[in-house]
Amino acid sequence: MKKLMKGNEAIAEAAIQAGCRFFFGYPITPQNQIPEYMSKRMPQVGGCFLQAESEVAAINMVYGAAGAGARVMTSSSSPGISLKQEGISYMIGAELPCVIVNIVRGGPGLGGIQPAQSDYYQATRGGGHGDYRMCVLAPSSIQEAVDLTQNAFDIADRYRNPVMVLGDGLIGQMMEPVDMEKAMNREPAPDLAQKTWATTGHKATVDHPRSIVNSLYIDPQVLEDHNIHLQSKYDAMESAECRWQEELTSDAEIVIVAYGTTSRIARSAMRKCREKGVKVGMIRPITLWPFPEAAIRATLATAKHYLCIEMSMGQMVDDVRLAVNGERPVEFYGRCGGMVPTVNDIVDQIMALSGQSDPDLFKQVEQAANAACEKINDLGKKIDEKVNSPEFVQKTEELKKQVEGAAVKTVDGLAKGATLFAEGLGKAFDAFKKEFDNNDDQGKGGEE
Amino acid sequence: MAVVFEKTKLLCDAPFHYCPGCTHGIIHRLVAEALDELGIGDTAIGVAPVGCAVFAYNYFNCDMQEAAHGRAPAVATGIKRVHPDKAVFTYQGDGDLASIGAAEIVHAATRGEKITTIFVNNAIYGMTGGQMAPTTLPGQVTTTSPYGRDTNHCGFPVKVSEMLSTLTGPAYIERVSVHDVQHIRKAKAAIKKAFQLQMEGKGFTLIEVISTCPTNWGMTPKESLEWVKSDMIPAYPLGVYKDVTEGGTK
Repeated sequence: MKKLMKGNEAIAEAAIQAGCRFFFGYPITPQNQIPEYMSKRMPQVGGCFLQAESEVAAINMVYGAAGAGARVMTSSSSPGISLKQEGISYMIGAELPCVIVNIVRGGPGLGGIQPAQSDYYQATRGGGHGDYRMCVLAPSSIQEAVDLTQNAFDIADRYRNPVMVLGDGLIGQMMEPVDMEKAMNREPAPDLAQKTWATTGHKATVDHPRSIVNSLYIDPQVLEDHNIHLQSKYDAMESAECRWQEELTSDAEIVIVAYGTTSRIARSAMRKCREKGVKVGMIRPITLWPFPEAAIRATLATAKHYLCIEMSMGQMVDDVRLAVNGERPVEFYGRCGGMVPTVNDIVDQIMALSGQSDPDLFKQVEQAANAACEKINDLGKKIDEKVNSPEFVQKTEELKKQVEGAAVKTVDGLAKGATLFAEGLGKAFDAFKKEFDNNDDQGKGGEE
Repeated sequence: MAVVFEKTKLLCDAPFHYCPGCTHGIIHRLVAEALDELGIGDTAIGVAPVGCAVFAYNYFNCDMQEAAHGRAPAVATGIKRVHPDKAVFTYQGDGDLASIGAAEIVHAATRGEKITTIFVNNAIYGMTGGQMAPTTLPGQVTTTSPYGRDTNHCGFPVKVSEMLSTLTGPAYIERVSVHDVQHIRKAKAAIKKAFQLQMEGKGFTLIEVISTCPTNWGMTPKESLEWVKSDMIPAYPLGVYKDVTEGGTK
């Protein structure tokens, strides 16, 4: 039976059902329902929720608990995730598993609290210091957030490496029907080894010596060897953990690449364009690292264009370009700062690429603008020739502003079509001409 | 032949990297002996800091975690919540605890986190080469206060034991010194009491140990011990600052 659940709460319950018994966090919007839910649920299941004094402290509590052998999670949103980067780097160095949920909001700085995908670089490139990688899972629905959160614990334990679940404000705040039955009492994956490396306070024996959790390797050769060992884990993750979803790619001439919330909007746009006969398909990366490069390259057989859509100024598009490697043009469309692209926005992008849109759209706009400018210039020259009074100069200044305002507005509306633009300029021009004619008459009168 | 002295089993057979005359070695031994004598040493879990004691995990012969700079109390919190029946301790210097880790120690203390913190105060950043610490005395010359610590410019030493004793969470806070045998014995008793109270679940415990840094103080080991007596202890008075047990201070 499906249950209507909010994304943040579903993620929290999924973690508990995957055996997470320790949660350390700090309040930040838009992920607050995760710690709130954990504070209520953890005591009921014999676990521990603790509100830390900062995100820095929270991730270090996670370090301690993970090092002590527990399944442990923390969650935050972008600015808070920045503060956790030191701890994430240490956990990777010390080979400690944990799950970190980032319900992304717009940045940089304090940014905003609305959904964004602008932490892609930070998540996939390693926001902290040192050479490192971690799996980044990007759900596009609440059901998938539940499934991926549970998978994240297994992946973390399998490689002794943190795993990030990268949602956005919409995934966190949206409510959707979720099938929690499959998620209940989920056992750890059968391939996972005992955590004999953990500091459990066990009495040391020859077979099981004392445990040391550490990321300090003062000897350069030993540190290089450690990094080579870590790299072998990243290689294993790349070959075993890469996930993606393909839709309508078999004949796609335009391949959309989008993840998370954006992929759902892109899907609607893709379907609309298919109805118009455009051969458009989509690849939705589910793991942002490892990135589904091979899946994207497989579409080169039919693809003429790639279109990457993100709620950012363009971050994942770099990975798409690396995958395509210059063999096809890769376009980008993005909104950011908490602005979410609409289906129509994306339809316009696809149609423009498909060649089925009005091909002269931009030319028309340009011509209209040029024509208007020419006329304004001509009128300006006439005014210069005929009138020099301060009163008139002031009036022309006002009119100039009016025209500029109309032009700015119409430039904003560029993507919405040429008609409005032309109309706006036309009106501005008419108004200008009317004023001019009046003044012209007065001027003539003055001369007489 | 009767055994009159034995090295504690809770210290590994590893040579200390500490400078000659540094009292870290004494403090390590006191912590190890205290845990050993309480019978909780072989199941203890320690947290090493960043600073001179960064390699403490090589010396304490029990499960150890190495924390990021200043974060040992947060790491210890995570450990203790997973293993509430084990003795969990942090071993931190003054830069680690009183500067970058000020938030973590204050909040571990106010939560009454059932851990023991050994706070080694030698009024200087030793590992990085003798820079000014939050505990550096007024007028004290360091590599980043070459004209002596100017309190008008960079403020006053942080008195950690006094500050934390204002909180309700701590069960036991004492400042001790290891500059002579008498004080070493007192220091050990304090450390032992702190671990005992931790195991009784009384709350957060911290022992501040006034320590030496002959290398960065620019003194001989003997001069350093004398400077502890003449300059450090007047600035950092020894004694019990918090004791929730019966007959303890308020």
